[in-house]
Amino acid sequence: MSETSLLAPVQPGRRSDLFWLVSDAGIMAKRSIMHIMRSMDQVLSLILFPVMFMLLNRYVLGGAIDTGDVSYANYLFAGILIQTLAFGANYTTINLAVDMKEGIVDRFRSLPMSSSALIIGHITADLVRNVISGIIIVLVGFAVGFRPSASVVEWLYVIGLALLFTLAISWLSAILGLLVKSLEAAQWAGFVLIFPLTFVSSAFVPTHTMPGVIRTFAEHQPMTHAINAIRAWLVGTPLGDSAWLSVIWSVALIAVSVPITSWLFRRHSVQ
Amino acid sequence: MATSHSDTADHAIVVRNLQKSFKDVQVLHGINITVKRGTIVALLGPNGAGKTTTIRILSTLLPLDGGEARVNGYDIVQQAHEVRSSIGLTGQFAAVDGYLTGEENLLMLGRLYRLSHADARRRTRELLAQFDLVDAARRPVKTYSGGMKRRLDLAMSLIAAPPIIFLDEPTTGLDPRSRLSMWTLIKELASNGTTILLTTQYMDEADHLADWIVVIDEGRVIAEGNPNSLKARVGSDHVDLIISATSSFTAAQQAIDGRLLQADPEQRVLTITASDGAVTLKHILQRLEDAQVEVESLSMRRPTLDDVFLFLTGNGSNGKTQEIIHE
Repeated sequence: MSETSLLAPVQPGRRSDLFWLVSDAGIMAKRSIMHIMRSMDQVLSLILFPVMFMLLNRYVLGGAIDTGDVSYANYLFAGILIQTLAFGANYTTINLAVDMKEGIVDRFRSLPMSSSALIIGHITADLVRNVISGIIIVLVGFAVGFRPSASVVEWLYVIGLALLFTLAISWLSAILGLLVKSLEAAQWAGFVLIFPLTFVSSAFVPTHTMPGVIRTFAEHQPMTHAINAIRAWLVGTPLGDSAWLSVIWSVALIAVSVPITSWLFRRHSVQ
Repeated sequence: MATSHSDTADHAIVVRNLQKSFKDVQVLHGINITVKRGTIVALLGPNGAGKTTTIRILSTLLPLDGGEARVNGYDIVQQAHEVRSSIGLTGQFAAVDGYLTGEENLLMLGRLYRLSHADARRRTRELLAQFDLVDAARRPVKTYSGGMKRRLDLAMSLIAAPPIIFLDEPTTGLDPRSRLSMWTLIKELASNGTTILLTTQYMDEADHLADWIVVIDEGRVIAEGNPNSLKARVGSDHVDLIISATSSFTAAQQAIDGRLLQADPEQRVLTITASDGAVTLKHILQRLEDAQVEVESLSMRRPTLDDVFLFLTGNGSNGKTQEIIHE
């Protein structure tokens, strides 16, 4: 027992608001990353999911899909990469929903910490998780015949856009995490959003084979732009407008999602 | 009564006319609470009385609809950040992170309370020792028992040594041994000068811990006082009499009318207060004998929270109980 020390004077340091936002977000990110490392199901899905999709598409569906001059392994890579990043972001929905359901979020709210730190923490963890997934995808891709012709600068473009896209879809997922009423809902909400977006895109098949409205949607949705840009940089397909369109889409999604999440997070406490 | 005007030097918490509604339902109808520095005050009440809502408002988790409150001298609306720096909150459900170890939970909280790395580590070491969690410090919290989780939860509220602690039902769901060790820790905390506002639905807990008890029912303060004065109002011991025959129940009721607390004709039970113990009992039995009422059994018990509420709200038997407390 150290009774005398109970009221030992502990004075918080004096720093700027921005310093504390970065500090709080860093602490929350570390927490979320420790969760990933310590929960086997997240680690497993992190590895299994992209590998499974890569193999299924490459060897089961790939033979029947005509991708013109580009081999299917080369065509498929960008699609699988973006799809994996999008599904990875679903963990932001799930983990945020878990936190909101448990007492710990009340504890965080009663602390003198920055209110958006919790969300930023989950999104940072998503980024880390998706970087790991991305590396696995590249390795598996090489194993199944992916042979990129990209220069170092083009690889940097790919990495930059992949990170920006992850950030955008993570913020979008954070909105879902704050909206859903249950964990079950958190799990399927991501799938309902991401499955149609990945399939009605240029991820697995060229969009020109799709009928009318579906083709129009597929060719103008943000995932297709991101996939087309990354595919162009990696294997030399036509770039078109996809690079700057996907950057605009990502930035716009972030610009809209950030205020919505902080509003939802504050509103949550009123219930 | 400590409901005189607020003086933040003496008063850690001052709540005036606190009002709160959820949608159309008003849950707090003008609560007044004053907590002197260094004391333990218990909000006693049944589920749904408004205890947790009050704590959540005071710890800035919920906005209030009306009234005002100052915590550690800070207005909970205008100076929410200062309030958060002054308080520790231990809610009804252990707010601990199951994937992190006990040590990591404490360090994380220390940093979020904006302690330096060195201070956070020092406080973590001290609290692990004080709360008997040294052996479990490096284990993930999800492997902890319920009692250990609660202890860690309380330790986390104390990491920055805040002057005021809110405890929302700190022992609900704990086994008797964990409950006792929680009580010891809370007492120790107060003896070191921390102000504690806790909620409970257990009379014995309020009795054991609190310097001052505020009884809440349906969003209103219905009584307050120190444990002894409150118990004296309710009547110290209760006696349940089971009357042998239904036919003589009314006669029995009349015979002891003045002391009747509750009457249950179906079970043939009359509950009376025996404020002066055996003397009352002898008197009552004499009266029943005079009225030729046969008593099947008789048992004496301490008042429970149910008795307190029935007594204070006057739902028990007749209007007389009301007069007694509002004398």
